[in-house]
Amino acid sequence: MKYIDEYRDADAARAYATALAALTTRPWTLMELCGGQTHAIVRFGVDALLPEGIRLVHGPGCPVCVTPIELIDRAIAIAQRPEVIFCSFGDMLRVPGSESDLLSVKAQGADVRFLYSPLDALKLARAHPDKEVVFFAVGFETTAPANAMAVYQAAQAGLRNFSLLVSHVLVPPAMEAILSAPENRVQGFIAAGHVCAVMGYEEYLPLAEKYQVPIVVTGFEPLDILQGIYMAVKQLEEGRAEVENQYARVVQRAGNRPAQQIIQEIFEVVPRKWRGIGAIAQSGLGLRAPYQMFDAERRFDVATVSAQESPDCISGLVLQGVATPLDCPAFGTRCTPERPLGAPMVSSEGACAAYYRYRGHGAALEPSR
Amino acid sequence: MSRFDSLQCPIPIADYPIVLLAHGGGGRLMHELIERIFRAAFHNPLLDTQHDGALLPLDGERLAFTTDSFVVHPHRFPGGDIGTLAVYGTVNDLLMCGARPRYLSLGFILEEGLPMETLWQVVCSMRDAAERAQVQIVTGDTKVVDRGKGDGIFINSAAIGTVAPGLQIGPTSVRPGDVAILSGDVGRHGMAVMAVREGLEFESAIESDCAPLTAPVMALLEGGVEVHCLRDLTRGGLASALIEIAMARQLTVQIEERAIPVDGEVRAACEILGLDPLYVANEGRFVAFVAAQDAARALALLQRQPLAANAAIIGEVTAEPQGLVTMRSVIGVNRILSLLSGEQLPRIC
Repeated sequence: MKYIDEYRDADAARAYATALAALTTRPWTLMELCGGQTHAIVRFGVDALLPEGIRLVHGPGCPVCVTPIELIDRAIAIAQRPEVIFCSFGDMLRVPGSESDLLSVKAQGADVRFLYSPLDALKLARAHPDKEVVFFAVGFETTAPANAMAVYQAAQAGLRNFSLLVSHVLVPPAMEAILSAPENRVQGFIAAGHVCAVMGYEEYLPLAEKYQVPIVVTGFEPLDILQGIYMAVKQLEEGRAEVENQYARVVQRAGNRPAQQIIQEIFEVVPRKWRGIGAIAQSGLGLRAPYQMFDAERRFDVATVSAQESPDCISGLVLQGVATPLDCPAFGTRCTPERPLGAPMVSSEGACAAYYRYRGHGAALEPSR
Repeated sequence: MSRFDSLQCPIPIADYPIVLLAHGGGGRLMHELIERIFRAAFHNPLLDTQHDGALLPLDGERLAFTTDSFVVHPHRFPGGDIGTLAVYGTVNDLLMCGARPRYLSLGFILEEGLPMETLWQVVCSMRDAAERAQVQIVTGDTKVVDRGKGDGIFINSAAIGTVAPGLQIGPTSVRPGDVAILSGDVGRHGMAVMAVREGLEFESAIESDCAPLTAPVMALLEGGVEVHCLRDLTRGGLASALIEIAMARQLTVQIEERAIPVDGEVRAACEILGLDPLYVANEGRFVAFVAAQDAARALALLQRQPLAANAAIIGEVTAEPQGLVTMRSVIGVNRILSLLSGEQLPRIC
C-alpha cells in the first residue's frame, strides 16, 4: 500500500538505526508528542532499534488522556438525560470518570453513539428534531477544524438541537509547560505531524529559540519516527536548536489556512485543565461568544460538576514524560484495560494501553531484535 | 464450601453489575464471562476442552456437536447475509473439530413487523448455503417477539457432524515444533459489515469472506496431513484465536507479521480507522497447526483450494516463554499480541 509499505521496510529501518548509532556520541532524551507516535513506537518496536543512550519519553499528545475527569463526569451527566443523543469518537467511551464511563451508562439505557465525524452528529440532529444531539469535541488542533465546521454549519442551518461539549487543547502551551518545569529532562521533540498538517510549524520557532531545543515535525510510520529521531539527534550533536520538517509529504510550513480560519471563526484560546497535569494558561479552545448557544456545558448547566482523580494513578507524570507506565505500581495490577484507574490505560493513543497491549504485563516482555 | 457459596455471583458486582457489549466482543471480558459464569456453573470434562464444538463418544462412533447464534446488523452485507453466516458459521465450528458436518437445526427469533420479503431472502440464502456446505437442515423453531424487543431477526443454530476414527484435533494436541498455517487474507468480514453499518464508503466495496470451510479442511484431513488443531478466526480475529490456543496449551506461538496476508482495501480501511486487522472478524478463514514435517505439503494442498489460494505459513509453536503469542513486526522487532478487552473502537485522529 502506497505511503505505508515503504515506511515500514525492515532493511531501511536497520540502515537508519546503524546511521543513528554512528551519529550518537552521548545520551539524549527525546519526547514524542503524539500518542499515535507512542503507539507506533511500541507496536513496531522502534525503541528496540535505538542505540543505547537515546531515550524516548512519551508526551501528553493523547487527547483522550488529557481530557479532565470532570469533563467525563459532565459528559455522563448530559448523556443520562432522556432527551439527549450523546455522540463521541469511539475511544472516549471507555475512559473512566469518577464513578462510571460512557459505555456503562449506555448499557444502563443512555443513548450514546460513537461517530466518525462531528458532521454525522449534525445529520443526527436533523433526523431527530425532538432530541438534543451533543457531540463530545475533544482533541488537539487536529480535530478542531471538523468540530468548528460542525458548529459553523449548525449556525448556518439554524439548528437548535445541536451542541458541543468542548475540551479542545493545544500543543505549544503543553510543550512550554514541560520545558519550563524544573524536573524537565526533554532535550528534543518529535512533534506531532498531523497537528502540524493543520497548524504548520511556525508557532514552534519561538519555543526552539527560547528553550534551545530541536523540534522535528514527524510522521507516524516506523521509518518516519526513526528519521525524525535521527534529525533531532543530529541537531543535538551539532549544537543546533531548529524546527525541521521530516513529514514534508504532508506538512507545509504554513499549515492548512482554510482549516485555521474555521478554527479562528468558531473558537478562541482559553485556559484549560489537563487531566493529571492541572491548569495550563491559554492552552485550549472554547467557543467564541457568538457561538455559545452551541455550548453543551451552558445548555445543560453542568459546568459546576467537579471530580477528583484517583490518587493511585500517576498518569500526570506519564503524560509529562517524567515517568513511564512501568514506573506505576498499579500498572497491570490495580489498573488494567478492564478496570482502568486513568485514561492512558484505555485510550487507543494512551502510553499505558500501548505498554499493556504490546509489551505484556506482570512479567513485562522487553522488545528484542 | 457451603452450598450458599455457589449462589454468589462469581464476577464481583462492583466490577460489572450489568452486562456490557464488550462481554460479547471476543476479548478478555468475554473470557472472564465464560470462565467465571458459564464454566463455573457448567464445567465438565467435555466442556473443559475449550474447543469450538464438543466431541461426543456415542456407541463407538464420535459425534461433534456445536451451537452458535447470529445477531449481525445489517442483515445483508457484501458477500452474504445473516442466513449464510448462520449456516457457514455453525458448519465451520464443526469442521474445526475435524468433523464432517451432517445435520443442522435452526431457531428463528423474529421481531414483529419484519418484512416477509426479508425473511424469505434470508431463508433462501440459508437453503443455498446448506447445499453448498453439504449439510441438511433437519429441525427448527420459530418465535416472534414484540416490536422493539428484537432486531428484526436473530438466528440460533446447532449442528452435528461425524469425526473419522483416530483424529484428535483441538488445542490440547498442539505441541512445540508445530507450524501455523493461515488459510487466506484476514479482516474482510468485519470491515465489510462495519462499512455497511457505519455508512463508510471506500473505492470499492469490501466483500465478506463468509464461506464454508469444508473443502480446504477436508483437503488437509483426506490428504493425510497430521493436523493438530484447527481454529476459525471469527470474533476477535486471528490474534485472539492464536492467543486462546497459546493460553490453553501454555505454549508460545511465534508469528511473522510480514507473512500475514491482508487485502489492500482492508488495510487501508483499518489504517484510516485505527483498527488492527489481526483483531478483525473473519467468517471464512482458519488457522491450522500441523506437524512440522507435513507443513509444506499442507500448504500445497491448501493453495490448490479456491478458498485457501492465499494460504501462508505464518509461524510456529515453541515451548518458551509460556502461554504467549509473539510477533516479529515488519521492522524486525518482537512484541507480544494480547487479548483486547472487547471490540476495537475507532480512534479520534
